[in-house]
Amino acid sequence: MIKEWMNEETLRFTKLMEEFTLKEVAPLAKEVDELERFPKETVEKMQKYHMMGIPFESKYGGCDAGYVAYAQAVLTLSKACATTGVILSAHTSLCAGPIATFGTEAQKEKYLTPLCRGDKLGAFGLTEPDAGTDAGSQKTVAIEKDDHYEITGSKIFITNALEADIYVITAMTDKSLKTRGISTFILEKGMPGFSFGKKEKKLGIRGSATRELIFNKVKVPKENLLGKVNQGFKIALTTLDAGRIGIAAQATGIAEGAIEAAIKYTKERKQFNRAIKDFQNTQFVLAELETKKEAAKHLVFEAAKLKDAGKPYSKEAAMAKLFAANVAMEVTTKALQLFGGYGYTREYDIERMMRDAKITEIYEGTNEAQKMVISAHMLRS
Amino acid sequence: MNIIVLVKQVPDTTEIHVDKETGTLKRAGVPTIINPDDQAGLEVALTLKETIGAKVTVLTMGPGQAKSMLHECLATGADEAYLISDRQFAGSDTWATSKILSEAIKTLDYDLIIAGRQAIDGDTAQVGPQVAEFLKIPQVTYVEKVHEVYQNTITITKAYEDYKVVLNAKMPCLLTVLSDAYTLRYMDAKRLFETAHQPIPTLTNDTLSIDVEHIGLKGSPTRVKKTFVKAVNDKRKPLALNPEDAANKIIESLRSIS
Repeated sequence: MIKEWMNEETLRFTKLMEEFTLKEVAPLAKEVDELERFPKETVEKMQKYHMMGIPFESKYGGCDAGYVAYAQAVLTLSKACATTGVILSAHTSLCAGPIATFGTEAQKEKYLTPLCRGDKLGAFGLTEPDAGTDAGSQKTVAIEKDDHYEITGSKIFITNALEADIYVITAMTDKSLKTRGISTFILEKGMPGFSFGKKEKKLGIRGSATRELIFNKVKVPKENLLGKVNQGFKIALTTLDAGRIGIAAQATGIAEGAIEAAIKYTKERKQFNRAIKDFQNTQFVLAELETKKEAAKHLVFEAAKLKDAGKPYSKEAAMAKLFAANVAMEVTTKALQLFGGYGYTREYDIERMMRDAKITEIYEGTNEAQKMVISAHMLRS
Repeated sequence: MNIIVLVKQVPDTTEIHVDKETGTLKRAGVPTIINPDDQAGLEVALTLKETIGAKVTVLTMGPGQAKSMLHECLATGADEAYLISDRQFAGSDTWATSKILSEAIKTLDYDLIIAGRQAIDGDTAQVGPQVAEFLKIPQVTYVEKVHEVYQNTITITKAYEDYKVVLNAKMPCLLTVLSDAYTLRYMDAKRLFETAHQPIPTLTNDTLSIDVEHIGLKGSPTRVKKTFVKAVNDKRKPLALNPEDAANKIIESLRSIS
């Protein structure tokens, strides 16, 4: 069991997240999905209780608690509401993360601190209409002017779009260099020329705000260049390595939530004069799902521990995400089957969990992209 | 302003097992929580800390495992915490417990002491008032709301069964608080990690030096003969009647009372 090796404070933090999820997140999950509503009030409470900067240094307002605690937070939230889980994950590992890793002291003070303190929400933009896994085909360009860059282009499928105040985005500074010509910038909502497209209608995580970012000659001060010029692709890959721990935790949380829902249902539901938990098929299915979910959890926390220890974790994070996403999909599908016809109705949460699980196989690198990362680690020498 | 909050770790269940030999509660292995009324007491203290500024010190008497609860109190916003623990204190009833708590409180600075009205495991509601008596300070029990503090006067609403009184009390004083009016905030994630290694001093009888005749089982005048759950004696009887007969039955019953 993961909890056996957690230190006392991380266990206490887990207790906090469980209580918070039970009282604040779970009661809203159905409505947030049904109305495709961003759970702003929950985000405000998470900001108030300083849950928005879990792995970052306390001098910037973070908890200094590492990725183990952060993964635990995303996992716990996602058990009840995957939308809330991804809001925290995108904010923490995709926006605050690269600023913490690559930012200058001034950038950290200006942007990381309000992100951690809960004054600002963050988002990250890499994907474009014609550049998904093929990030080198980006069309968004940043042209160097006297004291600023002028950014033109667009990003799609951006989590927390419009709701967020701070955006870490990539743009081409030298098109001829392909991926080696990408740079990263910090943008603020409200910059002239920076606007948002319509909200995407999605299969799952429907409360999460997903929109297009549109840049029309946005003037970005030079001090908002994150890292060095043309270092953007490396920053993006590093950011996604960490992000995968968050999404793997989200997937594991969805699986855990689905198993708990199935246990509750199979104890209550009677057929042939017995609770359906008493049928061996139910027992065997639950045993298999639990085993896979725990295996996923171990991969998630292994990657988180490696990151906390300052060791390479890119391969482990990719494996955790690949495996956990598959497990989330399998667990929710098979758990729904245990519900029979009721599981297919929106009366129960299990169909939402199944819809939510699918995205974990796609975003922050598809399953196929994870396999590219993993095999690249295996075959290089 | 210095506020001392008395808290107790209680079993998170109504199923309590009693040691048949001593008639006291078995606490090992049962999930625990901060006693609900004490949670309200801590929230009152933290609200005062926020509004007028105060140092909040949390005090509990109990076994070593109660430290985890005190860490939760620190994560919620308390500034300091003390554990009062000694083998000599084991088996204390409310009288001996109040004596020990009051001796511990005497070693600290305070303007206000806040206790929960009662603990859900014993339900005596005696410890708060007895502590005030041992300390010879005024007490207000069943506090529902703390309104304001002006110089050394605190304004509060005290709830009786069917009416309420707003009154001023001179500090230092002791309040016992009801859980209904205040919900304890969540632990603050940042504070939780910041206070993770804050020392929690243990006060033993080496420091308090209370005469052993006044503490533990020896110092407890209460003798528990037997602990049991009272059977509900429900005199209500369901009657299947049509509306007209039901109305007549009700009128008849009411008449028989008057």
